[in-house]
Amino acid sequence: MISARERVLNYAILTLFAALALLPLIGVVSSALTPAAESGPSFTWPRHLDLGNFGTAWRQGHFATYLTSSLLVAVSVVVLTAVLAILAGFSFAHFDYPGRSALFYITLIGLMVPPEAFVIPLYFNLRDTGLTDSYWSLILPQTAQSLAFGVFWMRNFFRSVPVSVIEAARLDGASDWRLLWRILVPTSRPALLTMAMLVFMWTWNEFLLPLVMITDESKRTAPLGLAFFQSEHTTQYSVLAAASIIVALPVVASYVFLQRHFISGMLSGAVKG
Amino acid sequence: MAATAHRPTARKRPAGAPTREPVRRRGRVVQWKGYLYALPALIVLTVFLLVPLGQLVQISLFHWDGISVSTWAGFDNYTEIARDPRLRAGFLHSFILILFFSVIPIALALMLAAVTTRAGRLRGVSVFRAMIFLPQVVAMVVTATAWTAIYAPDGVLNTALRAIGLESVARPWLGDFSTALPAVGLIGTWLEIGLCLVLFVAGIGQIPAELYEAAKLDGAGPVREFFAVTLPGLRGQITVALTLTVIAALRTFDLVYVATHGGPGNATSLPAYEVYNRAFGTGQVGSACAIAVTLTAVILLLTFLITKVQPQEDQT
Repeated sequence: MISARERVLNYAILTLFAALALLPLIGVVSSALTPAAESGPSFTWPRHLDLGNFGTAWRQGHFATYLTSSLLVAVSVVVLTAVLAILAGFSFAHFDYPGRSALFYITLIGLMVPPEAFVIPLYFNLRDTGLTDSYWSLILPQTAQSLAFGVFWMRNFFRSVPVSVIEAARLDGASDWRLLWRILVPTSRPALLTMAMLVFMWTWNEFLLPLVMITDESKRTAPLGLAFFQSEHTTQYSVLAAASIIVALPVVASYVFLQRHFISGMLSGAVKG
Repeated sequence: MAATAHRPTARKRPAGAPTREPVRRRGRVVQWKGYLYALPALIVLTVFLLVPLGQLVQISLFHWDGISVSTWAGFDNYTEIARDPRLRAGFLHSFILILFFSVIPIALALMLAAVTTRAGRLRGVSVFRAMIFLPQVVAMVVTATAWTAIYAPDGVLNTALRAIGLESVARPWLGDFSTALPAVGLIGTWLEIGLCLVLFVAGIGQIPAELYEAAKLDGAGPVREFFAVTLPGLRGQITVALTLTVIAALRTFDLVYVATHGGPGNATSLPAYEVYNRAFGTGQVGSACAIAVTLTAVILLLTFLITKVQPQEDQT
């Protein structure tokens, strides 16, 4: 049993740290809701709520364009990563062939290497093939980067599927392809959702790659657009705060929405281990 | 975050599973189809990650401005890292950031975990977890704009300091040579403490309750309980937290790009920022690549050391 004193102490600590985590973000929200006329160079507390900053930021910052770019890139990366990681994860988990573990270790390199490392050669390669300033220059490298994690993740999940399930499918005469898409993929739905959410978040929030690859303003992603917007709006924080919220919201919203899946994915993994 | 969800699981697999495999393989035909399934992913990885990595090392051995013909440099670009005070400072700043991104958050989170050993079983804990973890999912650019407002000359922090009569302490935190780096570091502390706390609270939830009961029966106080049960039980989580936060510290780029541009002077210059600045700003591509190689080597070495110091059976 948890004693009453312990319970109060635990809640107090959790509340304190939740407040510390949230305060800067609350400051952004409250500033964004402050009428432009009352705005200052820092956080402000609105006397009455005003949504006008969002409209101003949306129009001045061209965020409709930037969000479309970000969405297109992020969704493409998620889909490509999921398909390729499922196939490769299946290969590494359920086939026996020479060099399998060597190939698996090679894919893991991407987990440890920072994007700063390969972005320079990548830029010159893509420039020479005329791919810089295109969505491909964002989609393909980020798919490669996400694959390192995706393959690792799917392989481990597929390996945790009980052998009996796979053997039963084999006895029914299921081919490898059918076994993968009819049995393994449906059972791995929580793992897939977790992976999709993480890859979406990484791609959406990525900054260095679009900064290097994109010069065409209409192809800027949301964080890149925000960085440029910030350098132009240093005095009126309320508009910048509204722009920040526009950029952060898709990921934060999906985080809130998919949190249940995320946690259940973590817990089911722990139980199976 | 990724590894958060994952690594503990990976480590907990039954030790029997991996050892069975080689035996099975010897008795079976090679399943060539396996290559086909892995091929698409391997092609994308090779073209967009592995080949550029190789080229990175190659370019680092040349003087190149990105446009004209490159000339052989040998290890000049590397020796420059040791000579150039700005680059040396960059790496030094990285190690200072490790203090703020890793050491402080992990130490704090461990202390908190020690007093909230059963927080995982409280009602509503998932709501707290979601809130505490939130900084991890917010785009770094957004985080940077929020903290820039806090640290601004007329920002929240200075206003608060003036309100309590500490006018003399108030300053442009990100513009002051002596405070810019710690100010950036504290943003890192804010970012990573949630990650550590969530990891440790989850980890404590997995420690068998019998261990705590046994410790109580042995008459262990809270301190002994922490060192005898909680800390050993969290070894896996501490390793994960160390790995993730150290990498985050060494890779810091967005934060500095938006908040300080490496300034004032080079007070917040960091290797990742120098890589970008030299390759795409000042046309020193060879030098930028040498810094990138060094940074990658440091990250790999530290990751290796962290996992080595905490030996555990891992099947991967």
